[in-house]
Amino acid sequence: MALVKKSALWIAYLLALLSLPQFFDSVLAISIFNQMAIAIVFALSYNMLLGQGGMLSFGHAVYFGLGGFLAVHALIMIEFETVYFSIIWIPLVGGFIGLLAALFIGTFSTHKAGTVFAMISLGIGELIAASSLIFVSFFGGEAGVSGDRTFGPPFFGVEWFQNVEIYYLAVAWVFIATLFMYLFTQTPAGKMANAVRDNPERAEFIGYSARRVRYITFCAAGLFAGVAGGLFALNYEFITEENLNAATSGRVLLSAYIGGLGYFIGPIVGAVILTLMNSLLSNYSDLWMLYLGIMFLLTVLFLPRGFAGFIMMHQVAWIRGTMKQLIVPYLLSGIPAVVFVMSSIALIELSHTEDAEFYYLGLTFDSNGAMDFGLIALVAIGALVCVRKSLPQLKAAWESANEVIDETGESES
Amino acid sequence: MTVLSLRNVTKNFGETEIIRGVSLDIEKGEKHAIIGPNGAGKSTLFHLISGLYGVTGGSIKFKEQEIQNKQPYEINRLGLARSFQVTNIFARLNVFENVRCALLWSSGYKYSFWHLLGRQKELNEKALEVLEQIGLKDKMHFPAGELAYAHQRALELGIAIASGAEVIMLDEPVAGMSHSEAENAVELIRKITAGKTLIMVEHDMNIVFDVADRISVLVYGEVIACDKPENIRANPKVQEAYLGEVVGSA
Repeated sequence: MALVKKSALWIAYLLALLSLPQFFDSVLAISIFNQMAIAIVFALSYNMLLGQGGMLSFGHAVYFGLGGFLAVHALIMIEFETVYFSIIWIPLVGGFIGLLAALFIGTFSTHKAGTVFAMISLGIGELIAASSLIFVSFFGGEAGVSGDRTFGPPFFGVEWFQNVEIYYLAVAWVFIATLFMYLFTQTPAGKMANAVRDNPERAEFIGYSARRVRYITFCAAGLFAGVAGGLFALNYEFITEENLNAATSGRVLLSAYIGGLGYFIGPIVGAVILTLMNSLLSNYSDLWMLYLGIMFLLTVLFLPRGFAGFIMMHQVAWIRGTMKQLIVPYLLSGIPAVVFVMSSIALIELSHTEDAEFYYLGLTFDSNGAMDFGLIALVAIGALVCVRKSLPQLKAAWESANEVIDETGESES
Repeated sequence: MTVLSLRNVTKNFGETEIIRGVSLDIEKGEKHAIIGPNGAGKSTLFHLISGLYGVTGGSIKFKEQEIQNKQPYEINRLGLARSFQVTNIFARLNVFENVRCALLWSSGYKYSFWHLLGRQKELNEKALEVLEQIGLKDKMHFPAGELAYAHQRALELGIAIASGAEVIMLDEPVAGMSHSEAENAVELIRKITAGKTLIMVEHDMNIVFDVADRISVLVYGEVIACDKPENIRANPKVQEAYLGEVVGSA
């Protein structure tokens, strides 16, 4: 039964991925979906390190970037007929180089987890990023390298001119990569990665070298980061130093964390949120990185298990059928919370804008007038007070919905 | 037959000598207790035998093999398992996964990333058997970190014995337990170490004299006596150094 349920989930995942372009078929939507596909594989590979293996890395973009660079070089080689194979295998090329890099770097970086590992990952990240500007023949300097995916043998007549064709190829790879990363968590090496994350000392007393376990996880994460790099190369047909530097490493950390590290689905959620913010929010505001930073802070402070953790918190209430008790309390706290967030954004944007007039949510504000500024600040403060006032009722409703009923039928909260 | 043999084992931390020339032979199937006042070096001795610390001098032989320079996982693979004074489990894994992880190496899975654990029928049945033994089968899906203290101690034992190691070392297995919890724990220890060699550090003298075939008394890093419980009880040196009041009041 469990197998049927799990298979159904995987089929639903595949169908969801495949059907997206049926509902959103604009060029922008397809471009965002492609970015999401890449971000999902990359974030899941990062989760193998941090969520599954307890290794906080500040340099995971190295494997993504190296995979991507070699993938672009493979495209160039296909173009010049040095090699001859279909570009559908390009993500494998990326994965191979990601794995090779991890096989080498892991020999000295996985001795310890914690601060030592984090610092080595940071150092390696900086080293490779700096090297990419030095070894211009391979990395192409600041301009990067570019290829053309339309060469090579067509795949059942598909010549990869359209982004939507790349999307379906990406879906295949995302599905395969997600499946294999999930299956890895169900193997002895994957489960021992969790054990070493929780307690490396004890793992050594049940026959396992914590270092070896970390090394295997690290290599697997490198492989899948490389696959994501290969997908990036296919989608954009170029790659630069920016794709293997600390900023890219930071972004994948953010997406895995915001999504929720403790859950397999967490990084997928995080990758989707971050891609949407990156692609859509950046059209509306130059300050989107600021909002991303604030969101990260709020997630760490109030949702330490990320968005996936927030959703999973409701499991008990869902099973018990007490979810409906939460709807009104959520609305009572949620509406003023949204008003507070929106008015705070208005205040930030109003202070930032250089135009005389500021358009926001269908309203026009005078960016030089203290009156408008004060009015919005008043709304923000009022909303915040409402949120504070409404929290006790939300807490009470939450406790009531999640009350533990013991075998005698008596409740113990 | 001697299964574990220590010869002139010393351990210094900087200038301080913690273990000062310990020699000890543990026979196969023996239930051996190591006692001594706080700070005598009992846990350090455990750490030396199990490989957590390297020795400063001397040798430790397990089944005729020198193990004093081996890593904990290498020693464990030879058939020596241990528990810890402070509960040392995999807190975010559930109870079943804790025990199953402890079974993996001895079941030959090593670092495999091609076996799906859900499909390993024999392994999963073995894990359930261990859970049955330690009385935690009904809590198998609980995250280990959320168990009650006594249950965590039972799981600690379960992890130690799961691999089927022939020598089990228990470091204060009933520390912090109530009287009734301790009684249950002793019963459990008897049950799960039947037919195996047991080395135990314990402060509760009633339990020590009840369980042990032989007792070593460690004082300031030296073994001052190693004998049967009745002889240890009667040994004036031991009484003077450690046991007098405790035995008298017991």
